[in-house]
Amino acid sequence: MTILTDHIKEVKHKIWSLLETVNDPEVPVLSVIDLGIIRDVQIEQSGATGYKPIISITPTYSGCPAMDVISMQIRMVLLEAGFTTIEIKQVLSPAWTTEWMSAEGKDKLKAYGIAPPQYKQAVCTPDAFQAEEAIQCPQCNSWNTTMVSQFGSTACKALYKCEDCKEPFDYFKCH
Amino acid sequence: MNTSLINYTLHLADTALVMGHRNSEWCGHGPVLEQDIAISNIALDFIGQARNFYQYAASLSGNGATEDTLAYLRDVQDFKNLLITEIPNGDWAQTTLRQFLVSSYQYYLYQQLQYSTDEQLAAIAAKSLKEVTYHVRWSSEWVIRLGDGTEESHQRLLKAVDEIWNFTGEMFVPAAYEQELNTNKTGVDVLAIQPLWLHKVQEVFAEATISIPAKSFIQQGGKTGIHTEYLGYILAEMQFLQRAYPGAEW
Repeated sequence: MTILTDHIKEVKHKIWSLLETVNDPEVPVLSVIDLGIIRDVQIEQSGATGYKPIISITPTYSGCPAMDVISMQIRMVLLEAGFTTIEIKQVLSPAWTTEWMSAEGKDKLKAYGIAPPQYKQAVCTPDAFQAEEAIQCPQCNSWNTTMVSQFGSTACKALYKCEDCKEPFDYFKCH
Repeated sequence: MNTSLINYTLHLADTALVMGHRNSEWCGHGPVLEQDIAISNIALDFIGQARNFYQYAASLSGNGATEDTLAYLRDVQDFKNLLITEIPNGDWAQTTLRQFLVSSYQYYLYQQLQYSTDEQLAAIAAKSLKEVTYHVRWSSEWVIRLGDGTEESHQRLLKAVDEIWNFTGEMFVPAAYEQELNTNKTGVDVLAIQPLWLHKVQEVFAEATISIPAKSFIQQGGKTGIHTEYLGYILAEMQFLQRAYPGAEW
């Protein structure tokens, strides 16, 4: 019995490392693990010798168009690794938050030119014209930045500009 | 099979879908690029929320229903969306005002619905609430900016209030399926959220230097399938492909 449990552990470990190679198609420097959208990996025995991975994923935004592509890519990677039966479940609760993004992911984002979400974003309320959070420019590290638009190039981002180096940049919306 | 639960879920789904469709009509036509992107992003959030509700409604209905058959193969009288979502976009003042009125309603609605005894409705509501919160913020800023802006923008906002205020009352007149789901805490008592909504609208209108119209006639019927003449045109556009080429996929 312990041998079996150990083996399942090993398979799980392998799946997690495979998932690390699946990137978000819209922010290609982030893996699905960095993004915090893999909620659970379960293994079921399938047939005499096989294993069936059950992957639970959660969308960042309800309408995130990347979700279908991400599910397909996860399936592809697992198929290539020899898993033949795969289940990918979408879970909505608890709802994704930027706090689930890994520290490593935040560093990768910044290096890519996107300002990573702050720890505990402060302005997630419906009140109009709130004082903006100070967001650091990912290019020159200046704090002298302003929001250009609450919405940006993807559902999860807002558009900012740096008043010092004058570069526009994306920032993860409070969520 | 719980017919009221299906109808209620479809009501939430249809409202989100039709609103998302109307907003998507701005894509490529926004007043400036950033706002074009903003309204298109909001459209995307709505369509995502609609998908979640349709998927749940399909699982409740069985009979081979899918999110696509529910969105693409039902007719006008089957749709249960709020009438306010189907009226044409008008100008930017009318669009952002409608967004504010609908998003504020959804904000209080989903705030309650996230505690529903129905786990899936609760999950969709909690997820949607985060997006709606952002929509309320964006749209109330526009209402204030236009109302407290120039003489022209103020006049346009007043005209928009005039055009669509009659459609807001319907939000708070419960349909039979809403009443039934209130009794076991599956749905939301819309009468209870009306004062919260009104307070929010009053607050934003005051900043926008406009006032809430006196009590007026309530246009209603959407929740039970009686629609304005506009919905048929929306569905004709939205459903054409599936009806002309049944089962077509991307």
